[in-house]
Amino acid sequence: MSDVIKKATRESYGEALVAMAEKYPNLVVLDADLAAATKTGTFKKAYADRFYDCGIAEANMMGVAAGLAAAGMIPFASSFAMFAAGRAFEIVRNSIGYPHLNVKIGATHAGISVGEDGATHQCCEDIALMRTIPGMTVINPADDTEAKAAVAAALELDGPVYCRFGRLAVPVINDPETYKFEIGKGVLLRDGSDITVVATGLMVNEALNAAEALAGEGISVRVINIHTIKPLDKEIILKAAKETGSIVTAEEHSIIGGLGSAVAEAVCEACPVPVRRIGVNDTFGHSGPAVDLLKQFGLSAEHIAEVVREAVKAK
Amino acid sequence: MDDLLRRQLQIHACKIRMGIIEGVYNAKSGHPGGSLSIADVLTYLYFTRMHVYPDNPDFAERDRFVLSKGHTAPALYATLAERGFFPMDEMKTLRHIGARLQGHPCITIPGVDMSSGSLGQGISAACGMALAGKHRADNYRVYTILGDGEIEEGQVWEAAMFAAHYGLDNLTAIVDNNGLQIDGKITEVCSPEPIPDKFAAFGWHVIQMDAHDFDDIDRAFREAERVTEQPVAIIQHSTKGKGVSFMENQVGWHGTAPNAEQYEKAMAELTAELERLEAEA
Repeated sequence: MSDVIKKATRESYGEALVAMAEKYPNLVVLDADLAAATKTGTFKKAYADRFYDCGIAEANMMGVAAGLAAAGMIPFASSFAMFAAGRAFEIVRNSIGYPHLNVKIGATHAGISVGEDGATHQCCEDIALMRTIPGMTVINPADDTEAKAAVAAALELDGPVYCRFGRLAVPVINDPETYKFEIGKGVLLRDGSDITVVATGLMVNEALNAAEALAGEGISVRVINIHTIKPLDKEIILKAAKETGSIVTAEEHSIIGGLGSAVAEAVCEACPVPVRRIGVNDTFGHSGPAVDLLKQFGLSAEHIAEVVREAVKAK
Repeated sequence: MDDLLRRQLQIHACKIRMGIIEGVYNAKSGHPGGSLSIADVLTYLYFTRMHVYPDNPDFAERDRFVLSKGHTAPALYATLAERGFFPMDEMKTLRHIGARLQGHPCITIPGVDMSSGSLGQGISAACGMALAGKHRADNYRVYTILGDGEIEEGQVWEAAMFAAHYGLDNLTAIVDNNGLQIDGKITEVCSPEPIPDKFAAFGWHVIQMDAHDFDDIDRAFREAERVTEQPVAIIQHSTKGKGVSFMENQVGWHGTAPNAEQYEKAMAELTAELERLEAEA
């Protein structure tokens, strides 16, 4: 891995939209004055007549998306996660979720890695919000390969899908030639017997790095990538709980309501083992370079390794 | 409008009002005031202007309707029933557990084009439907009805900007200007007036009409159809509770169901009106 290719999943999102345009003639893309940042601008450049800017009005944009879908179009509505899931939550719930319309939401700039813009734009609540909506599929891809596959899979599915993308360039860890993506199916990336790290988004790579480091210390770590937080792949998680007896979750999101909560809910009900949650610890973010912030908030391989050591010791 | 058509519409509207009262009475809850104020315009739309197909409710090229003021679902349901989408008798199941007639419009009900009820959202969905029509160069038209209190929601004005920007001349928004909202007169709660000026300023073609005069309704919608490159706002001056004497202009009837005695009185008034109209027909 001397030449690690890095790419932000928002870039992948923009490219995937273009790649899917011919296969889905009913695909239209909406944005709320952030096309340059969300990378829907890439689609706009290629298919100007299928791109509609809604201006800085996310509530209306989600409602427009609902109406487009009700009339047979497949809209991808885009904004920052803060506004797509946060500001427009109730419209997503009532106008998209309740009628179960075929709207796809492309939410970029999720999590703390937004960086310098600071707390107002660092959305760490979107997974929690979106997964409470009945019938909503929630996908948080880990890298370029998975992000592109997620867009394709979202379009394949008939129903509302929330796709979460990041601003920061992250390593490409999945081989586009061989990678198989299936909504609702977790991916076993590394087998192990002492403990399992269940990770999502950019924390998947950190989990793999932690597992590699811990192997040198004689700790055998299983790593599972949960790209679909809803519907959750309970099977792969419960199997891991049973076989490794301890779980650590890792996400760039609040520890309340996201992957950690979803995993804990599943494990508590069917196979109770200790679950330790790594994420943004019920606090707001602040300004700073993304890479430094991730370290500071404990969203790193080093911190995962620390928590895993503790968890293994406690077994 | 010829006398025969006007009389037929008046008869339909009277039956729709009876359906509203039947529904709200049996539900022991619901919103009769704002339902009665839109009974005439719904009658006009569903019996003259809109291309809809009770036997094939999802036909792709049908005209669309979104009840943005979704709490007045009894009016929409009774209109759909009168138009033949389902039996009028079903109004008695309104809001009952296990019934399909939900308290607010639900897209799974035959003839209902969009779930609505959280105020301010229906107009955005209507914009999306109109945009889809423009995008594909389809010929259908989209109608939506908003409450005059509802337009206090900021999302309405986001939608208003959007519709004008994209020149959605296949979209007509009717504002039911009955002047009352739950907490009182709209001008006293947090005034959205002057309503026509606001829509005009947002780039809409504005028409005002008498909500309970079919000739004036006909004039307004014919004018709306001639407008190009602009969405149309029809401000309809209506009477909340129209058609039931003791409910008219009474804010208390916004969201209260009649008791047995009030139900009998309302139905007696509407039955007498129906008999009068049918005798003259």
